[in-house]
Amino acid sequence: MILAGGDRGGGPAKTPAAGGQEFQRDAVLLKDLVFFWPGQARATLRIPRFAVPSGGKCLLSGPSGSGKSTLLSLIGGILTPNAGSVTVGGQVVNTLAGARRDAFRGDNIGFIFQQFNLVPYLSIRENVLIPCRLSARRRARAAERGGSPEKAAAFLLERLDMAPNLWRRPVTKLSVGQQQRVAAARALIGSPPLIIADEPTSALDAEHRLDFLRLLIQECESARASLIFVSHDQSLARIFNWHVRLAELNTAGA
Amino acid sequence: MSRFWYLLSLAGKSAWNRKNTLVLVIFSIALSTTLLIGLERVRSQMRENFIQTVSGTDLVVGARGSSLQLLLYAIFHLGGITNNMGWDSVRRIASNREVAWAVPISLGDSHQGFPVVATTRDFFTHYHYQRDKDLRFAQGEPFAGIFDVVLGAGAARKTGYALGGKLTISHGSGRSGLTEHADKPFSVTGLLAPTGTPIDNSLYISLEAMEAIHLGWQGGAPLPGVHIQPERVLKFGLTPKSVTALLTGLKSRARVFAVQREINDDQHEALTGVMPGVALDQLWAMLHTGETALLLISGLVTATGLAGLVSAILAGLGERRRELAILRSAGASPRDIVTLLSLEGVLLMTAGVLFGLAMLCLLIAGLGPLLAESYGLGLRLSPPERGEWILLGGIMAVGFLASLIPALRAYRLSLADGLSVST
Repeated sequence: MILAGGDRGGGPAKTPAAGGQEFQRDAVLLKDLVFFWPGQARATLRIPRFAVPSGGKCLLSGPSGSGKSTLLSLIGGILTPNAGSVTVGGQVVNTLAGARRDAFRGDNIGFIFQQFNLVPYLSIRENVLIPCRLSARRRARAAERGGSPEKAAAFLLERLDMAPNLWRRPVTKLSVGQQQRVAAARALIGSPPLIIADEPTSALDAEHRLDFLRLLIQECESARASLIFVSHDQSLARIFNWHVRLAELNTAGA
Repeated sequence: MSRFWYLLSLAGKSAWNRKNTLVLVIFSIALSTTLLIGLERVRSQMRENFIQTVSGTDLVVGARGSSLQLLLYAIFHLGGITNNMGWDSVRRIASNREVAWAVPISLGDSHQGFPVVATTRDFFTHYHYQRDKDLRFAQGEPFAGIFDVVLGAGAARKTGYALGGKLTISHGSGRSGLTEHADKPFSVTGLLAPTGTPIDNSLYISLEAMEAIHLGWQGGAPLPGVHIQPERVLKFGLTPKSVTALLTGLKSRARVFAVQREINDDQHEALTGVMPGVALDQLWAMLHTGETALLLISGLVTATGLAGLVSAILAGLGERRRELAILRSAGASPRDIVTLLSLEGVLLMTAGVLFGLAMLCLLIAGLGPLLAESYGLGLRLSPPERGEWILLGGIMAVGFLASLIPALRAYRLSLADGLSVST
C-alpha cells in the first residue's frame, strides 16, 4: 500500500487514514482510480490509493506532463475516472450527476491556478466574491464569518496583505503576486473544506513565493481547510505535512 | 434565479469590457433593424396611403371594361380607358334612389404634364381620402366661372401659379407636341392643401369648361375656319355628351352589392361599377411579389449583421477560455457557461435593436416631412404595429439562436479545457 506521506515535515505526526471506515476523516480519498484520456491506449493515471487527511497540507510534486492537472480535475469533479472512486469530504464525487458535481465543487473546493487567475472585467472584490455568487453554501458561510460576503472578502483581502487602496485598481494592473493573493482570497472565501492550488507560486520570485505560501497556509489553518498544493519545487516540502510525488502514487507508467 | 441575474451581470460586464470591438457589431445590428423595420413601416404606410387614396366613394362607374383599368385611370390618372360612359347613364344613376351623391369626372387634357380633371363643384365636398379627410383649400375657392381652374398642391408648387394666375390647357396628355387650347385661357381661383394623393398633381376645371374648350374641335383637332370666342361659349349647350367616370356615394353602404349588380346589368348601356377598396386590395396583392423581394433583401442584411455578432463573440472566446475555467472552478456548470455566452449575444442583440429603433425614430422625425412633401408618403412616429412586432420578435429569436453558436462552442471548449487552460 502506498501511503500519502513520503517526506514528513514538521508538525504533529498524524497517521494518514488507513481504513475505508475512516474516510469521513479524509479530505480526499482516491481508491483504485484509473483514468484514460479519450482515444489514448494507455491510462494516464492509475492510483491504487491516495488520501489526504482532513486538515492536512499536502505537497504534490511531479514533472510537468505527469498528470498533476488531470488528477486535480478528477478531484474537482471536472473529469470522472474510468474506474475507481473519488471521495471528497466523505462524498463520492464521481457518481454524482454532472450538475451536482459542479455544485459540489463550488460548495467544497477553492481553486488557485498558476497564473491568470482573475476575470479581467471584474473588480478585485467581485473576483473574490465569484464563489459566493455561484454557491449558496459559500455565500452563507462567508456571511457567517464576516457579517456579509462583501465584508468577508474585504477581511480576507486585508489578511492577505492587499491594502484597500489597491482594490479600485483594475485587476489587469496588478502585479502577479497581488493577483495570486486575490486568487487565494477567492479560494478561501466561504471557507471551503478543501483548497487546491495548482503551482500558484511558479510565477513568483523566491522571496514572494515563501511569503505567499506562508499566508496561504496560515489562512488554511485558520479556516481548518485541507490543502493540496501542486508544485515541482521540492524545496517547499518542509512547509507541508506531507510530500507526495505523483510518480510514486501513479502506477500507470510502471 | 439569482444565479441567472449574476450570469446576466457577468455577460454585461464582459461585453462592456470589450465595448470598442462590440460597438461595431451593435451598429451593424442597429442598421439591419432600421432597414427591416423601416421598410416594413414604409410598406405598410404606402399600402395604407394607396388603399386610402379614395374613401367614402362607394362605387366608381364607367363604361364596361376592366375594373382595375377604370380605377387606375379615374383615381390615379394612370393609363387610359377606351370608352366613356354616356351622360344619360350619369343622370340615370344619379337619380337612383339608393344613390346619395354622384360626381362625374372627365379626363384627357393636361397642363405641363399634370392631368386636368373636369368635374363639378360637388367633387370638392364629396371626395374623401384617408378614411374621413375632405379636401381643403389652402387658398381661394372652387371654380365658379366657366374658365376657372383649381390646382392641386403639388401642381401649384411645381408650376408656381398663384391665385389669379393665367394658364392654358393642352389637348391630350403628355409633355410635348400637344396642341394648346390657347384661345381660352383659365384663371386660378383655388389652391388645394396637400393630400398625399394623386389629387395633389392634378388641375380641376368644370365639365362645362371642358366642353367649351373643345367647341369647334373634332377628332382631336380644331376644325379649320371655326373659332369661337371665349365670351360666346355660354351661348352653346355645354352639357357633356359623355364622361370618363362617375364617383358615387350610396345612402346605405350595405346596399353596395345590389347597386353594383344593378349597374353592371344596366339595360341601356354596358357599364362597370367598381368598389374602390376591393379593387385596390386586388391591385396591392399583385404588387406583393415586390414586397416579398424587399423583405428578403432586408432579411439578408439582418443575417449579415447576425453573422458579425456571432463572429465577434467567437473571436473573443479564445482569450476567454481562462475566464471560463475560473468560473468552472468556482462551481459554474457547463450549462452556466452556455447561459453566460448566449446572454451576452442576447444583450448585444437587444442593444443593437434598441439603437436601430432609435435611429429609425430619428430618421422618421428628420425625413418624414420631406417624404410627405415629395412622395406623399405620410410616415408617422408611432409605436410598432403588428407586422413590426412580428419582425422584431423574429430578429430577437434569430439573434438568440445565433448566440447559441458561440455558446455551444464555449460549452465544448470548457468541457475540454476543464480547469487547465495552457495559456
